[in-house]
Amino acid sequence: MMEKLIRFNLNGKDTEISIDPTLTLLWVLRDQFGLSGTKYGCGIGVCGACTILLDNRAIRSCTYQISDVMDRKVVTIEGLASKGKLHPVQKAFMDKDALQCGYCTPGMIMNATSLLIENPEPSRQEVIDAMQDNLCRCGAHIRIIEAIQQAGQEMKKGTVSHEVKTG
Amino acid sequence: MKKRNSNPKLATTKSRLDLKRRDFFTLLGGGIAVYLSSKNPSELLALPLIQRREVPEDFNAFITIYEDGTVICHVGKIEMGQGPITSLPQQVADELDVSIESIKMLMGDTGICSYDAGTWGSLTTREYSHYLRAACAEARAVLIELATEHLQILPSNAKVKDGIVYDVTNPEKKVSYGWLTRGNRINRSMDEKPKVKDHTEFHYVGQSLLRADARQKVNGEAIYAADVPMPGRVYAKVLRPPSHHVKLKSVDYSEAGKMTGVEVVRDGDLIAVLHELPDVAERALGTIKATYTADEMEVDHHTIFDHLLNATGNMRGREAEGDLGEGERQADIIFDSEFYDGYKAHAPIEPHTAMAKWEGEKVVVWASVQSPFGAQDQIAQELGIPLEDVRIITPFVGGGFGGKIYHPQVMEVVKIAKLAKKPVLLAYTREEEFFMDFFRSAAVIRIRSGITENGLITLWDYKHYFFEARGSDTIYKVPNKLTTSYSAKRGSPVQPLPTGAWRAPGANSNTFARESQIDIMAAKAGIDPIEFRLKNLADEKMIAVINALVDKFGYTPAKGPSGRGIGMACGTDAGTWVAVMIEVNVDTNTGKVQAIRAVVSQDMGMCVNPQGTALQAESCVTMGMGYALAEDIEFKGGDVISSNFDNYQLPLFSWVPETIDTVILDRQDQPPQGGGEPAIICMGGALANAIYDACGARVFQMPMTPERILKEITSS
Repeated sequence: MMEKLIRFNLNGKDTEISIDPTLTLLWVLRDQFGLSGTKYGCGIGVCGACTILLDNRAIRSCTYQISDVMDRKVVTIEGLASKGKLHPVQKAFMDKDALQCGYCTPGMIMNATSLLIENPEPSRQEVIDAMQDNLCRCGAHIRIIEAIQQAGQEMKKGTVSHEVKTG
Repeated sequence: MKKRNSNPKLATTKSRLDLKRRDFFTLLGGGIAVYLSSKNPSELLALPLIQRREVPEDFNAFITIYEDGTVICHVGKIEMGQGPITSLPQQVADELDVSIESIKMLMGDTGICSYDAGTWGSLTTREYSHYLRAACAEARAVLIELATEHLQILPSNAKVKDGIVYDVTNPEKKVSYGWLTRGNRINRSMDEKPKVKDHTEFHYVGQSLLRADARQKVNGEAIYAADVPMPGRVYAKVLRPPSHHVKLKSVDYSEAGKMTGVEVVRDGDLIAVLHELPDVAERALGTIKATYTADEMEVDHHTIFDHLLNATGNMRGREAEGDLGEGERQADIIFDSEFYDGYKAHAPIEPHTAMAKWEGEKVVVWASVQSPFGAQDQIAQELGIPLEDVRIITPFVGGGFGGKIYHPQVMEVVKIAKLAKKPVLLAYTREEEFFMDFFRSAAVIRIRSGITENGLITLWDYKHYFFEARGSDTIYKVPNKLTTSYSAKRGSPVQPLPTGAWRAPGANSNTFARESQIDIMAAKAGIDPIEFRLKNLADEKMIAVINALVDKFGYTPAKGPSGRGIGMACGTDAGTWVAVMIEVNVDTNTGKVQAIRAVVSQDMGMCVNPQGTALQAESCVTMGMGYALAEDIEFKGGDVISSNFDNYQLPLFSWVPETIDTVILDRQDQPPQGGGEPAIICMGGALANAIYDACGARVFQMPMTPERILKEITSS
């Protein structure tokens, strides 16, 4: 496959890579950029372990090609904290013990962040609807729901921007 | 204090682990961490191997104390989400008298850690902790002895706080553990082993602590087996047969071999394609043409229960008491029931993964396993190489549930990497994960039981077919009873698919059957199901657990079906007495079940971390809803049809009850028991009984899908 130069913004930094444009976004992020926080879970966009933000909206990186991010903004779990300060969603997951094995956690957090960008004050039912297609085998769901609602409250206080700053 | 270079005369020799402090700290971040939070695995390769096949008695095998007071706790347990990374340091800190912040955990590395057979069976606290606590208690006693000699103070005046031994009559006279040990092995032991602390002396044990690994897991730094960076590493994709019962007849991988950068390796029927890019390796795998023998087996997920009932095997009676004929005669009502349960997948979100790197005759494997030492044994035996040439390093494990007791990926990747002569990563795809799983057994249970008109059980004739016996004990006081286990004869397996331990193996199916039967009898007798249980129980601990459950739930007695949708089940597992009560709504038009609230009550002896216990109880309720209501492996012969999460249904956010409360009976003066598995055993029975209570439909088969519930609603 012919290589192509792909330019995009990754975790706040403009970047480019010359690569087979049909390669799966998930694997390029992990293998070429060393961002191993984004996980493989199912490969068909069903489990949500590979969720990242593309232009501030949650997408499943296992169903995208690297060419799909051309001139767009990508944020992975590694890009969520700002200057070592955790994002309110990350902090709420810690405070609520909303994780066990931790493998689905980055995808959960990215999906929740996307929800809170769109809807800063989701009801319990809105959180459930938004998270429905992210799978957790350990059964941390009930705490994840609480954590997302807490993060929404924190963000509402206005101390943190809802948008994920990129660049 | 004496000059720093005046070594205490009784000090120490070079640590058996021969680990320089620097080695640890390049590997460890702040706080408690498994050491692969660092991204520099090559430094680890310089470290020496030790191996033991029994949990060692020498306390040095568990801990090393460095000059700055850091206590490295190196244990063979692994962290797959159930929290030993938090609960083990609580115990170490209390037994050693050090602050919990000074402890760093190194887990699951056969080169560094004290031997452990595997992380399973809810054994970490109820078994392994005894060894660890005893080791720490002895280390503390030895360190105090060294300190009193060094300080020249009376042993009776020596006290310890936060790893510093001081003279109570003159607190200025003090010396730290770290100064005494300096990261070295302590060459002294106590002839008379000191007692571990009494529960009244604990500071950390019994406290609710948040997960120690949470920060790494929320910021993406936590390393799992696929995340270990390794220059020159390639991905392997393995050719899989269409069925477990077929053999490879012919294979043509010439096309794959022609692809740029693709390498094909073969060891017998193990055929793998390698490429640095997983996309390319996957494409190459798709070009391989292979033919197989036919799968003759006809049995599938519909006919499996007849298959089990008709199979021949060994029969063994247990728990025999009284006389079944007498039980029949005493009974006013007899009940015959048959219960069924299909195959379940472990389905951890992290599939089985391993990376192998050979250096000469030695191999290092970073693996997602529940049994690193078991994997080490297997490789050494199968390849005929010495144990010390094999090292397994277990980073964070992304869920196990029993499924990573079996680690076929480890042997495969070791063989592939040997042929490839380069580091190889084998990360199963989800489809491989389903195919290669050792499923929870399909199960059939037959119960013939009888009660008097007053609701006393007189007869209990329990037969379970070709799955684990765990959880098949009666628990109720019955004068005439027999439990019969049918099991496969050696060499002639009855289950058509590979089966293995799945979170509380056997106990989920057995408890579903027993607790459903209890409710069936209670309803017929016209007695509230809780009252019926209490009437037929003699076990004081079980009674106390049920009373605590009823209190917390605010349950009021009623005959079933009450229309309220409340169900409960109880049992014992991993040494713990457990009961779960759940309230549900059943949509009688669709058969859909919605959980509303749940309470878990358990007597687990001493509880190390109530918060961690609550997490496990919630996990059991949530995961248990999956097996009870939806999860079912579809298959035909040896072909596993369920292949991904779009055709195997895990529990979803919308299923979760609004609240899950956990009651832990205060038994801090008792030995600790299991916490990871017990509550899940109740979920099938509690939900079956709640569904019945809601709408009068009794479902005898798990998963209790909307279709099965609707069918019972229509027929009832």
